[in-house]
Amino acid sequence: MSWEVVIGLEVHVQVNTKTKQFCGCSTEFGAEPNTQTCPVCLGMPGQLPVLNMEAARKSVLTGLAINADINLVSKFDRKNYFYPDLPKGYQITQFPLPIVEGGYLDIPTKDGEKRIGITRIHMEEDAGKSMHEGLDGVSHIDLNRSGVPLMEIVSEPDMANADEAIAYLKQLHQLVCFLDVSDANMEKGQFRCDANVSVRRPGEPLGTRAELKNLNSFRFIKQAIEYEVNRQIELIEDGGEVVQETRLYDSAKGESRSMRSKEEAHDYRYFPEPDLPPLRFTQEEVDAIRAGMPELPGQLRKRFETEYGLSPYDADVLTQTRDLATWYESLVAAHPADPKRCANWMANELLGRLKETGTEISASPVSPTRLAGLLERIADNTISGKTAKDVLDAMMTSDDDADVIIDAKGLKQVSDTGAIDAIIHEVMEANPDQVAGYRGGKDKLLGFFVGQVMKASRGKANPGMVNQRLKELLKG
Amino acid sequence: MDIDVKKVAMLSRIRLTDEEAAELGPQLSNIIGYVEQLAEVDTNGVEPIAHPHDIAMPQRTDIVTNVNRRDALQAPAPKTESGLYVVPKVIE
Repeated sequence: MSWEVVIGLEVHVQVNTKTKQFCGCSTEFGAEPNTQTCPVCLGMPGQLPVLNMEAARKSVLTGLAINADINLVSKFDRKNYFYPDLPKGYQITQFPLPIVEGGYLDIPTKDGEKRIGITRIHMEEDAGKSMHEGLDGVSHIDLNRSGVPLMEIVSEPDMANADEAIAYLKQLHQLVCFLDVSDANMEKGQFRCDANVSVRRPGEPLGTRAELKNLNSFRFIKQAIEYEVNRQIELIEDGGEVVQETRLYDSAKGESRSMRSKEEAHDYRYFPEPDLPPLRFTQEEVDAIRAGMPELPGQLRKRFETEYGLSPYDADVLTQTRDLATWYESLVAAHPADPKRCANWMANELLGRLKETGTEISASPVSPTRLAGLLERIADNTISGKTAKDVLDAMMTSDDDADVIIDAKGLKQVSDTGAIDAIIHEVMEANPDQVAGYRGGKDKLLGFFVGQVMKASRGKANPGMVNQRLKELLKG
Repeated sequence: MDIDVKKVAMLSRIRLTDEEAAELGPQLSNIIGYVEQLAEVDTNGVEPIAHPHDIAMPQRTDIVTNVNRRDALQAPAPKTESGLYVVPKVIE
C-alpha cells in the first residue's frame, strides 16, 4: 500500500534593515561579540521596544508579493521560554493577528506548476547565538543577533515530497532577494527552515508530524526530509507510532535525533505584548508600498523572452538574481545590436569563467562595457567567436579592453580574399590526394581543408570566408 | 478552575516546595475564578481591542543610534570571557 507525504515549512527570514526590530543597534553581520547590543535587546528591566518601521514596510512588501492580505491592524505578542540566548525570557512576535495572512507561491514541479499556500507572515525578533563547541561545562553567548528583525513565513502543508519543498524554498529565496527585503545568505543564518513532516495512507486524515529543526542548506533540507519520511514509514509499518516531537538533523551522520528536552518547553504561554500598541497601516500606505514593488522574477523572465527573444532557459539563467538581470541589461544597452549574442556570451562564457573562480557577477573583473567591446569585434568580423574566447580569457586577468588585447596578440582575423586564397593554394598543393578525393565526390573532405587552412592561418582566417573560398577553389 | 501549579512553576523556572505548591494552587485558582467573571459579560457586537491604550504605534526610522558600550553593559554579568557571556552548558 502506498504512502502520502505531507510537508509544511516555516521559514525564518532575517530582514535586511540597518537596525534591529525594536532598538537602534546595528545588525551588521560579523562584528565583535556583544558590541551591537543595548539595554533593550539585552532585556534589561524597564526598557521599552520601539518598532523599526522599515522592517514593517518590508514585511508588507513581502506579503504583497505573495498575493496575500495585509492586515491593516496587527498586534504583537510575547512568546515565553527560557534559554540563555533570549535575555528577556520572551520573544516579541505576532500570534493571533499577524501582519500578513493568506498568500501563495506557484512552484515548478515535474507535473507542471503547483500552488503552495502561505498561511501567514509574522514579524518577530531573532535570538542571540549560543556556542558550545570545545567548551567544558559552559556555553558562550553572543547577543549581537538578539533583536534582529525576522519574518516567519509559514506555508500550508501543501508539499508532497522533498523536491517540492526545495522548489518552494528556492522560489521564496529568490523572491526575498529580488524584493531586497533580506540578504538571505543561508550560511549566515539569514534564511532558515524548519520542516513539519508527516505521512498517511491516501484518503486518511493527517498523520502525526515531526518538526525538523536546524536546516541551513537546500541539500540538507532535502536529505533531512527524505530521512524523516523513511523513518516514519518504517516505524508505522513495524507497528509503531509517530510521536509529535522536535528532531534535530545531523548532516554529518545523515540522521536525526529527538530533542526531548524541548518538549516540556512547548507551552509558550503567549499573551499580548503590553509594551507595544497595535501596528496600523492605512490602505493608502499599503498602496504606496505596492507602487514601489520591483519587477519580480517571473515578470522579468517573461520580459526577457519577449523583449530580447531569449530562450526560456537563458531567460531563467539570467534572472536568477537581480544582479544578473541588471548586468545583462547593461550589456544589452552597450551592445544593442544582438541581445541573443549578449545572452550567450554572458550565460555560457562569462558565468562559466566566474564559476571556476567562485566569483559573483557583482565582482566580475570584466564589466558589461568591456564585454560589449569584445562582442562588437565579433559582430564586425574582426575576430572569430573562437578567438574571442581566448580574448575573454585574457580580459579576465587584465584591465585591457578587447581591442588592446587583439592588437597586442595580433589576433585580428584575416578577411582579405587574396591572403586567404594564398593559404588555400598552399594547403591544396600540400594535399593533392585529398584534392583529388574531394573532386571525386568525397564532400566530407571539406572539413579537413577548413581545418588545415585555419591551422595554417593560426586560427586567424575568417572561417566563413574560408568555407566560401574553399568551395570555390576546390571546384578547380 | 484547577491549576497545575507545579507545571506553571516549572515553565517559569521557579522552584516550589510541596507546601508552597499546596498553598499557592488554591490562591491561583481563586484569581483565575475572579477574572473569569468577565466571561459573563455580553460582548456581542463589541470590537475586540488589542491594547488598553488607544495610542498610535511609536515609529522608529532605520538609523543606527547605539554605539558599542560592551564594557559597561557586561559589568553586571556574573561571568564573561573575550566579550562573550559565559553560562552553564545548555546543550543536551
